[in-house]
Amino acid sequence: MTAFAETAVDTVPRPGWGERLDRHAGRLMVLPAVVILLCFAIFPLIISAYLALSRFALAPGGFTLKFIGLGNFRKLLTGSQQYHFLGTFGAFGPVAWGLVALAAIALLYCMARYLRGGSVTVVGIVGRLISVSLTMGLVLVAVATLATSGVPGTLVTTLLYVVIGVSVQFLLGLGLALLCAQPIRGRNFFRVLYFVPLMVTPVGIAYTFRMLADMQKGPFAPLVRSFGVGEWSWATEAWSARLMVLVGDTWQWTPFMFIVLLAAIENQPRDQVEAARIDGAGGLQIFRDITWPAIAPVAGTVVLIRLIEAFKIIDLPNVLTGGGPGLATESMTLHAFIAWRTQDLGASAAVGYMLLFVSTVVCITFFNFVVRPSRRLES
Amino acid sequence: MNGDRRSLRQRLFEPESLERQAPVPKFMTYVLLVFWSLVVLVPLYWVLITSFKQSGDVDNGPFYIPFVDFTPSLHAWDFMLLQNNTLGPYINSIVAALGSTVVGVVVGALAAYALVRTRLEVKLATVVTFLLLLAATVAAVVTLGVPWPIALGSAVVIFILAVFTLTHRARLALGNRDIEFWIISNRIMPPIVAVLPIYIMFQQLRLLDTQLALVATYAAVNLPIVVWLTRDFFAAIPVDLEESAEIDGASKFRVFFTIALPLVRSGLVATFLLVLILAWNEYLLALFLTNANAQTMPVLVSAQNTTRGPQWWNMSVLIVVMIAPVVVIATVLQKHIARGLLVGAVKG
Repeated sequence: MTAFAETAVDTVPRPGWGERLDRHAGRLMVLPAVVILLCFAIFPLIISAYLALSRFALAPGGFTLKFIGLGNFRKLLTGSQQYHFLGTFGAFGPVAWGLVALAAIALLYCMARYLRGGSVTVVGIVGRLISVSLTMGLVLVAVATLATSGVPGTLVTTLLYVVIGVSVQFLLGLGLALLCAQPIRGRNFFRVLYFVPLMVTPVGIAYTFRMLADMQKGPFAPLVRSFGVGEWSWATEAWSARLMVLVGDTWQWTPFMFIVLLAAIENQPRDQVEAARIDGAGGLQIFRDITWPAIAPVAGTVVLIRLIEAFKIIDLPNVLTGGGPGLATESMTLHAFIAWRTQDLGASAAVGYMLLFVSTVVCITFFNFVVRPSRRLES
Repeated sequence: MNGDRRSLRQRLFEPESLERQAPVPKFMTYVLLVFWSLVVLVPLYWVLITSFKQSGDVDNGPFYIPFVDFTPSLHAWDFMLLQNNTLGPYINSIVAALGSTVVGVVVGALAAYALVRTRLEVKLATVVTFLLLLAATVAAVVTLGVPWPIALGSAVVIFILAVFTLTHRARLALGNRDIEFWIISNRIMPPIVAVLPIYIMFQQLRLLDTQLALVATYAAVNLPIVVWLTRDFFAAIPVDLEESAEIDGASKFRVFFTIALPLVRSGLVATFLLVLILAWNEYLLALFLTNANAQTMPVLVSAQNTTRGPQWWNMSVLIVVMIAPVVVIATVLQKHIARGLLVGAVKG
């Protein structure tokens, strides 16, 4: 009590600055972060928007910016750069229509599940309708360029990296985590070892895989030659080049899924698993009824995090293939980078904005239709 | 007990007890785990041995085992480390990664603490005013040719006047959760959208191609992650200690530095390491913002694709020196880094 009185007396004589500072402490603590983000995120976004709406040209002694409205976007979506961004469309065959129908059914099912799940709001419905129709648009572009005689542009290539890459990484990570959660010796060794690729710089990974996949002097060259395909190179064909990018990406990011999912599996209710085992349940049954519901929320979140980062891919395609052959491996970030290098700042900013738009749409759709229901599953 | 009476099939496929695996599944588990270990190790091994090769060992290769089918040499190491300027980019990388991580973690942890422990409120009208003024400033500078210091100065004055006279009477306000969401959602923005204006900004400030530009940009890019992770660490510590310190007259800042920060030490270490490695490996921003002076290792590595084709042995040296520190950190401190990842993913 005396100590309290003493300090109180001690602070009474100077109520000025210190106290005022303390009253606003919360704001002052957030301020630096807010200022930094305003300078490096919001301000650049506004400038970028202006760039995306104008034509940039070098002029004597500097440059000129001419406001041209949505011209850059029109060029990407319907004009001379359509082949580059969206791709070249082919005619729809039965397979293409089938895929479109499948996607439509899946999205309708998600929508129906939301409508029947209670807690429906007007904002929720409108937001979901918008994100469903935009996702459907992305599916249409992807089908029109992949399942037909068309050629995909950078938008579809990026979506390929994201969708295929993240799914493969998730499945591999889950499989390895399930294996590592078994009662085996050396678990910690595997855990540490599997973690390492996540730390390696993507540029280094790109060159390493170029060395490994070299058909003349790489470590697998004798093996490949014995199959008699020594003259062939993966870098000259679209799908093999894309596969190499995906392999590098998967090598790097599977550990992320693995580490997080392993922790989630180890946190599952042990007593339930044991009880199920005593009752004679098989491994598959335990996974379906106990493990999966326990880890679903974590799985949803970890895929969402990975989705956000996967859209930003540039290092691997730039170093592995430089975007080639043709446009086959060019991601949207690389597209924007190449446009910048050719002094086409307007197009570069427009591609950047399209990337922001597409990744936001995909992430929000995923969050609303997968992550949210998976969290409800838990409770 | 009845182990002897189990049939061969049971003995191979069904476990004796719940803590053990039956021989066949156990064998399969090990085969798969060892296979993935090879997938992880072979690329790393190949880079390592390639760095000890000479051009002939690569071109006439492949050779697999040092001392057996080729003689390792320090030729590439000597060339890259002593004759080539590798040290400069290496130091740039260290400065950029360490500097930005320290700034990012301090600023981010402060913000996260305030978001968890204090009640914050921003009037919606203030935000709208701010954005409108920002857009107006940009428009004035770009289209009307007003010099940017003048435009910025008058905008700041108008903003302060507006805040003290008009907007604080407004009703609609944003709370802690909105601010937190805004900070974290900045991570969704692809860096390519922001990098052009950042480039122009540093060009105007004559800071292009300096370590300072990298430190500031990396700190900003990784700030959302820091806030996202440390928020959970702060929320997990009991509030009693801080409250009693505040009753004793300690200021909020003092409580933060002397009580809250030490309590979340291990969480901070996890965040620090994660962000450090992200900054160390960053490529795109460094590609835009640096040239000869502040070049970082990832850019140096990617620039090795010379007109003579990549010289694998030299490149491997660069990759080895670049990944060696992080691999060591990853193996020694794996538990800490993994904790950072887990908090983020599990709490969402």
